[in-house]
Amino acid sequence: MNPGYRLYYPRWYRKRVPIFWWLHKRSYAVFIARELTSVFVVYAAAVVVALVLTLNKGEPAWEAAMSRLSHPLVITAHVLVLFVILFHTITWLNLAPMAIVVKLGDRKVPPTAVLIGHYGAWFACSVVVAWLLLWR
Amino acid sequence: MSETLTVPETVILEVFRYRPEVESEPTFDSFEVPFHPEWMILDALNYIKDDLDGSLSYRWACRMGVCGSCGMLANGQPVLTCATYLESLLPGPIRIEPLEGFPVIRDLVGDIGDFMNKLSDVKAWLIRDEEKPVEDGEYLQTPSQLDDYKQYSMCINCMLCYSACPVYRLEPEFIGPAAIALAQRYNLDSRDEGAEERMDVLSQHDGIWGCTLVGECTEVCPKGVDPAGAIQRYKVSATMDYFKSLLMPRSSS
Ligand code: SF4
Repeated sequence: MNPGYRLYYPRWYRKRVPIFWWLHKRSYAVFIARELTSVFVVYAAAVVVALVLTLNKGEPAWEAAMSRLSHPLVITAHVLVLFVILFHTITWLNLAPMAIVVKLGDRKVPPTAVLIGHYGAWFACSVVVAWLLLWR
Repeated sequence: MSETLTVPETVILEVFRYRPEVESEPTFDSFEVPFHPEWMILDALNYIKDDLDGSLSYRWACRMGVCGSCGMLANGQPVLTCATYLESLLPGPIRIEPLEGFPVIRDLVGDIGDFMNKLSDVKAWLIRDEEKPVEDGEYLQTPSQLDDYKQYSMCINCMLCYSACPVYRLEPEFIGPAAIALAQRYNLDSRDEGAEERMDVLSQHDGIWGCTLVGECTEVCPKGVDPAGAIQRYKVSATMDYFKSLLMPRSSS
C-alpha cells in the first residue's frame, strides 16, 4: 500500500520534461536549429545597420570598417553566416503557405502559388539590392 | 511453413503501469500477446485486459477512429491505438505509454480536464449576435463557405497534438493546437459572429503567440486537421487586425 494514497482522491503522476527534450525527435531538433539560426539573422542585420551608421562618420571610418570586413577570417565567417541564413530563410519561406491561405472569389489559391510568390518576392528584392550594390 | 517464418506468433507489449494506491512511481509490465496481422494495438490491449490482467486501465470507445479516446504513445509516438497496426511496430517489444502532457491518473489514463476547459475558454461553438427565429429557416451556406472550415471541423479531440507539442508540455497554460484549430473552425464559419470574442482569449501570450511553430501537431493528427496551419493563419489575421486598428482607429468597434 502506498502510504500517500487517499481513497477517491486522484494522485497524479506527472512526467518531467527533460532539458534535452529536443534531441528526442528529429523534427524537434530541426525546429530548434531553425530557431537558433535566427540569432545569425539578427547578427547580419546588425552588421548592415552598423555600416549605415559608419557611412555618417566620414570617409576614414568607412575605410576602416571596410578593411576590417575584408579580413580573410571575417570573410570566411560571413560566408558561413550566409549559409546559416539561407537555411533559415528557406525553412521559413517553406512554412509560408501554412499561414497564408488566399481566396480569389470562390477558389482557393493553391499553396504552391503562395510559395512561388514568396520565393519570387525574395528573388526580386535580392536583384534590386544586388543592382544597387554592384552595378550602380 | 515459410509464412510462419516472417510472421511472429506473439509480440511483447511493454505497458506503462501506474497504480497510485500501491506505488508512487510508474513501472512497465511486459505482456506477451498473440500476433495477428489484422490486429490493432487496441486489440492487443483488449486481449491483455480480457485474458492476462483485468486491472489494466485505458480509454477506448468506438475502435474506428472517430471517438478520439484511445490516443496513447506507441514507441514514443502519439497514435490512435485503434488505428495503428501491431504489424507496423514489429518486431517489438512495443512500448505503450499514456499521452504526454497530461497528468496520469492510472495506467494509460490521463486527466484531460485541462483540455476540456480550454475548449470552453475559446468558445468552440457558433456565436451569433442575434439568433434568427426558427421560422426563418436555416442559415444557408455555399459549398465554398463550407470548405473554408471543413478541415478544422474534422477534429475528434483525441489530443495527440497536445502530446506532440513541446510548448504545451513545458507550459501547460498554452491553449494548444486543437483548441485553437477549433476556434478557427468557428471563426471561418460564415454563420458565426464570435471571432472578436475569441480573439480576446487567443491573442494573449498563452494563446496563438505561445506557438513557436514546431509543427509536430500537424504531423501526428490522425484527421488531417493541420492545427499548426490554423494557428499560423490566426497569427496572420491577428496581425492584420492590429495594423488595421492602427491605421483606421475609428473603423473598429
Ligand atoms: S487536431 Fe487532430 S490531433 Fe489534435 S485533437 Fe483534433 S484530431 Fe486529434
